[in-house]
Amino acid sequence: MPQELTYLKESASQTAGPYVHIGLTPGAAGFDIYKQELGWDITGPNAIGKRIRVEGRVIDGMGAPIKDVLLEIWQANADGNYAHPEGGGPVEDGFRGWGRVITDFETGEWGFDTVKPGTTRGRNVGTQAPHLNFWIVARGINVGLNTRMYFDDEVEANAKDPVLNLVEWEHRRATLIAERGERDGNVVYRFDIKLQGDNETVFFDL
Amino acid sequence: MTTPGEFYQRDRSVHPPAYTPNYKTSVARSPRYSLISLQNSVSEITGPVFGHNDIDAGDNDLLTNYANSGESPIGERIILHGRVLDENAKPVPNTLVEVWQANAGGRYRHKKDTYLAPIDPNFGGCGRTLTDENGYYFFRTVKPGAYPWRNMVNNWRPAHIHVSVFGSGFVQRLITQCYFDGDPFIPICPIVQTIPDPDAIDQLTAKLDLNATIPLDTVAYKFDIVLRGRRSTLFENRLEGN
Repeated sequence: MPQELTYLKESASQTAGPYVHIGLTPGAAGFDIYKQELGWDITGPNAIGKRIRVEGRVIDGMGAPIKDVLLEIWQANADGNYAHPEGGGPVEDGFRGWGRVITDFETGEWGFDTVKPGTTRGRNVGTQAPHLNFWIVARGINVGLNTRMYFDDEVEANAKDPVLNLVEWEHRRATLIAERGERDGNVVYRFDIKLQGDNETVFFDL
Repeated sequence: MTTPGEFYQRDRSVHPPAYTPNYKTSVARSPRYSLISLQNSVSEITGPVFGHNDIDAGDNDLLTNYANSGESPIGERIILHGRVLDENAKPVPNTLVEVWQANAGGRYRHKKDTYLAPIDPNFGGCGRTLTDENGYYFFRTVKPGAYPWRNMVNNWRPAHIHVSVFGSGFVQRLITQCYFDGDPFIPICPIVQTIPDPDAIDQLTAKLDLNATIPLDTVAYKFDIVLRGRRSTLFENRLEGN
């Protein structure tokens, strides 16, 4: 009798479609149904670290902002720990490190408030520079896209980051680095994601 | 000691490619460069954890979670149930499953949907639940209707329920759609047909489950969801310091 491999196959991905808000952010679809929607509070009330805002757009191959995109964020706390049993260490009470963000339907602008994550441990040795993990779904995106956002004020850490260094085309690394700015005394990082074309953002197969 | 390791490489042959010209919206929304393959770090093997404080017990009952008191949505009453498993056929417990769908007439409760079929005053169209310790989940809802969409002039979506699942690591994150066995729109839908593998489409097609059907009440459909699996040992691929 031949040896059989009995692994199952992963379920195929399908687009989130234009009405993703009904399921994941029903308030934005135009109705209230749940006691609480999930993902609007990334850090909880007790998070330590530098409070920051991140803003941007997701831009299609024709240069137009995508107005029906949904992004999820997964990040470590300021100590570099993820809120997960294998996350590296403890996090503050109420810190989940996960966020869910949609765009303004008119402008395609999105934004969220969080804390700047710390340095996380590397895969084998060393460390990874502070970064946010993004997962992007929308109508027209058949499989959710994974990318990372790094910080332009972490020059030294970025230079040593194993993932940035894996991007063979050095000029493309810049697509993963958000630009620091300030507004009303608050730190705001700008991170535009380009799905296609000039300066196409680096996406990962994880 | 055996510690779970990294996730298996994603088998891209079961997934649609990014660029699928018959689904026109994908043309300008698909990256042109190759994805850069990363071995898992702590950022990938971890993911958000949800608990029963995040949701309400009735969130998985779409027959009642938006209905006026004593009323019920129009349509075929169905149970959608199954398990969330990984590629090793191990149940994925306590994971968040979220669904959304059109009503029985094919109309979504969404400010951007203008299809002429009516909104159902008793139907919101979304639900969520956590799998139990065996990876089992269920929803009660109405069977959604087919509806037309702007792609080619006469394209209709098969009846479908959108499904979002987490798993334990962020790389397991998945959004897909559940179709219904025997729907004649499945073979001609440009979105379904972005999936090149017929078996992978069949895996997204819920089967009539007469044994789980409640006589004189509600028809059941079974829909298992498979997320990526993990290595059980680290060996040479170990994540040191993990």
